[in-house]
Amino acid sequence: MGLFDYFRKPEKSSANLAKERLQVIVAHQRRDNADGPDYLPQLQRELLYVIRKYVEVDDDAVNVQLEKDGNVEVLELNVTLPDRKPEALDAD
Amino acid sequence: MAKIIVITSGKGGVGKTTTSAAFGTGLALKGHKTVLIDFDVGLRNLDLIMGCERRVVYDFINVIQGEATVQQALIKDKRVENLFILAASQTRDKDALNQEGVGRVLEQLAKDFEYIICDSPAGIEKGAHLAMYYADEAMVVTNPEVSSVRDSDRVLGILASKTKRAEENKEPIKERLILSRYSPDRVARGEMLSVEDVQEILSIDLLGVIPESQAVLNASNSGEPVILHEDSEAGQAYRDLVDRYLGVDVPHRFVDPKKPGFFSRLFGGN
Repeated sequence: MGLFDYFRKPEKSSANLAKERLQVIVAHQRRDNADGPDYLPQLQRELLYVIRKYVEVDDDAVNVQLEKDGNVEVLELNVTLPDRKPEALDAD
Repeated sequence: MAKIIVITSGKGGVGKTTTSAAFGTGLALKGHKTVLIDFDVGLRNLDLIMGCERRVVYDFINVIQGEATVQQALIKDKRVENLFILAASQTRDKDALNQEGVGRVLEQLAKDFEYIICDSPAGIEKGAHLAMYYADEAMVVTNPEVSSVRDSDRVLGILASKTKRAEENKEPIKERLILSRYSPDRVARGEMLSVEDVQEILSIDLLGVIPESQAVLNASNSGEPVILHEDSEAGQAYRDLVDRYLGVDVPHRFVDPKKPGFFSRLFGGN
């Protein structure tokens, strides 16, 4: 930064522009990598809805994961059921 | 127990082979028995950078296919004790590599060596995939430039999902950033992403910053790993990097612009 630079108009540096563009790109890239197809969240919500018709479960009881293994895609579905309460046993 | 380290980047031309050669040579200089493996089948480079291209008799593919033993294919470096090179094949294509064969060769090398450095080809296809598959640690070589940073981020995603450690749910690969071709003056002028910018975007540990340096081309012209050029900034930066890797607390040099003289400070100019 020399004496004459003080008289120039400040402008956004190209490095800042690069950083902003990268932050957007990288955020997209990570989301695409992490979550697989975009129907997964919807699938998860609907599964939760169906399960709740029969059992009262927590919001995080349904866990959906898509894994790739070579050419095969595996959809892994985990449902955590609540502990059975003693009253429920008595009722039987 | 040998450590398998992949030098990777996604993008080509960022300094993977330069880094593999320098880092491996640096470890050997510190007394660690080290082997460098070139995974770039069909476009081999490491032998040139190491200056042993005329001594390649058998290569990595020959060993995988059982046409030569590991001992026959290993090239002993003439300058540095404890340093060996396993060249890639120039004539076959990358389909000659297979996961099982690579695993077998690495297992055999692990009995004899402390460090196995896998120099990955560019891209994210078979050669690159196999170079990282068995790794314990990864050095991601990145230039302070948008396409290189994006590719590095992509490679980090693959390291976290498509490697042996990921598939077997073991402790994840340890990832470190090497920022190369760095130009502190351009960073100061706002023309280049800074170390902090790149680290913030990729969020992995920084192992070293290698300044843009004439010495890298000079070293490759003469077939010497740049770390042997002790008077060069790049050579010194790689020495620091090796020390840091081995646990010595070394400050990062070459990240700030050189102090300008009185006149250039007054009138700008660079």
